[in-house]
Amino acid sequence: MATVVMTSLDAKSRAASRGMSDISIRNLFIIPTILFLIVFNIFPLIYSLGYSFTDFRASSNARANFVGLQNYRELLNDTFIWSNFAITAKYVIVSVTGQVIVGFGTAMLLNRDIPLKGLLTTLLLLPMMLSMAVVGLFWKLLYDPSFGIINYALGLGSFEWLSNPDMALYAVAITDIWMWSPFVMLLSLAGLSAVPKHLYEAAAIDRAGPFYTFFRITLPLVAPILMIAIIFRTMEAFKTFDLAYILTSQPTTEVISIRLYKMAFQEWQTGRSCALAYIVLIMVLAITNIYVKYLNKVKER
Amino acid sequence: MRKTMTGLLAGVGLMWACGTSAQAQELTIFWAEWDPANYLQELVNEYEAETGVKVTVETTPWADFQTKAFTEFNAKGSAYDMVVGDSQWIGAASEAGHYVDLTDFFNKHKLKEVMAPATVKYYAEYPSNSGKYWSIPAEGDAVGWSYRKDWFEDPKEKEAFKAKYGYDLAPPKTWAEMRDIAEFFHRPNEKRYGIAIYTDNSYDGLVMGVENAIFSYGGELGDYQNYKVDGIINSEKNVKALEMYRELYGFTPPGWAKTFFVENNQAITENLTAMSMNYFAFFPALVNEASNPNAKVTGFFANPAGPGGDQFAALGGQGISVVSYSDNQEEAMKFLEWFIKDETQKRWAELGGYTASAKVLESPEFQNATPYNKAFYETMFKVKDFWATPEYAELLIQMNQRIYPFVTAGEGTAKEALDALARDWNTTFKKYGRH
Repeated sequence: MATVVMTSLDAKSRAASRGMSDISIRNLFIIPTILFLIVFNIFPLIYSLGYSFTDFRASSNARANFVGLQNYRELLNDTFIWSNFAITAKYVIVSVTGQVIVGFGTAMLLNRDIPLKGLLTTLLLLPMMLSMAVVGLFWKLLYDPSFGIINYALGLGSFEWLSNPDMALYAVAITDIWMWSPFVMLLSLAGLSAVPKHLYEAAAIDRAGPFYTFFRITLPLVAPILMIAIIFRTMEAFKTFDLAYILTSQPTTEVISIRLYKMAFQEWQTGRSCALAYIVLIMVLAITNIYVKYLNKVKER
Repeated sequence: MRKTMTGLLAGVGLMWACGTSAQAQELTIFWAEWDPANYLQELVNEYEAETGVKVTVETTPWADFQTKAFTEFNAKGSAYDMVVGDSQWIGAASEAGHYVDLTDFFNKHKLKEVMAPATVKYYAEYPSNSGKYWSIPAEGDAVGWSYRKDWFEDPKEKEAFKAKYGYDLAPPKTWAEMRDIAEFFHRPNEKRYGIAIYTDNSYDGLVMGVENAIFSYGGELGDYQNYKVDGIINSEKNVKALEMYRELYGFTPPGWAKTFFVENNQAITENLTAMSMNYFAFFPALVNEASNPNAKVTGFFANPAGPGGDQFAALGGQGISVVSYSDNQEEAMKFLEWFIKDETQKRWAELGGYTASAKVLESPEFQNATPYNKAFYETMFKVKDFWATPEYAELLIQMNQRIYPFVTAGEGTAKEALDALARDWNTTFKKYGRH
């Protein structure tokens, strides 16, 4: 005890002798982090907000002229942009719904006593550990109408997955479902394993059927964690770029991120693309907000 | 103290002087990653042997080329002393001050007379007919065609073709003949298809492909002098040309909606199609038996004529420009003086590069060097290019957005697609105050 007191006193006196209080030491650690955040996150955010009100083009040496809300007005009146948003929304709905159904379904199957459960779970997690570029190129080969294994396995002849404008978006969504269902599965497994066993025992005593048990016990208790998975996947699906870009780059798969990329780095419409980025940001925030409110309601039940 | 300071300053000055002179012994040229860049590296190694100045050709994949180059320009970076930039960049890069004005150099060496006229017009001069030059034509290129000689020369095929179409099976002289041949060889059940054309809508693949039809059908993209597009891009000739391109798409292998130079060479190497569109710069791989098992039976022809007899092709290729942020501009100019010499241009062609030197192009030595050089020579004197205005990227994306759904999915009509494109381009030109 005496040693502890002595050490504490020594440290204090040492700090005091250098003029450093506890607050100074704390600040020494925190301030660099805050500065880092300001320089690399906050500053670019504000800077790009400023550019969104200008006609700035990064490819030219011309000065940026203030154009007010013109970029926002033009973007919101651009039918191509709305079509990009519609494609994105369709993709998000198909992809996230698919991931929830497949991921949650797999979790339900794995939540039973089955042999090699650990190994099976690990193997099922593999797709989400791969890089997007690798997955994109890999699935491009699988979808190939001439030698792709998917058409061969399903007996579809030379069915065109990626060249068919009506099918291409679903093909990208299927790949995304394959890759990210394990993420939903993992979270769902955590939720399922946390459901108290005695609830099922009570339901069994009351002779409740499997549907009743699922909708009255399992789903309500897993719902909060499932909602978290849905929030993450919706945000990610909304930002999808690489998979759609690598697999097809069809007009029918031109999600908003691809349009943003082209506007910023191919057309060099820097000011306009900053405005579009802010529109996307506001949309993602709005959607996330709705989800979080719903999540809180689910938790309250 | 004063002595110490003086000594220190002298030391810093000496280091700076040494640094500058050491830097001047090295030059970096930026280009896309493809065979001609390798040939250029071989060529510049000879410059190093002659002068002691080390020249490095730094490359990046085609997909990143524009983004990487302009990111460096925008940052006013001195990483590259010269760039072999795409022909469409010239307006954007010169107006933004990224390229050094080479007008005096051009006039001094009379390059307008030395280089093939089309290469001067499209790789070097901006604005059109202004007499201002920003690049030295470096890699001439245009779209041509390869075909399977063994399929064309098979007696049974010849007989069947003649019976069906009433004329002899031979490399097509017109787009109509090309359509017939594509239809004739299109046999999905045998996993044989008629033709491979450009369809990639990410950059300029599809647009360049369609340009081959448009220009040969006697059409134009617009008036490059006054930016007029109404009645030009959506002219009857262009509508017919786009309809023909759409028709040809029907004879491509399955899944051919996102293809460019790599796939179009594969169409020949993997026995997929009878004919394939590609830039001449990619043809060396087709005559090389290591990369093409069908090398001995691969033939080449120039872009066929349209219904009115016009015969043009879409221009590829690039000019070499000095980057205005380079610290070694003087050394770069010395390099260019060496590069334009007749013997260097001759050597450039021998290594596989496509010289723009009219003298070398016209020589029988060049024309007989490969099975496709003659077609290349013929083509290089009848090429046309896309808009080179600073807003070319927007125009390119708009064209892709309008014509891609029609060509690959048959959505709408060619007239509707081109009318909509005319509206888009008018809006864009108006936005930038072109008219």
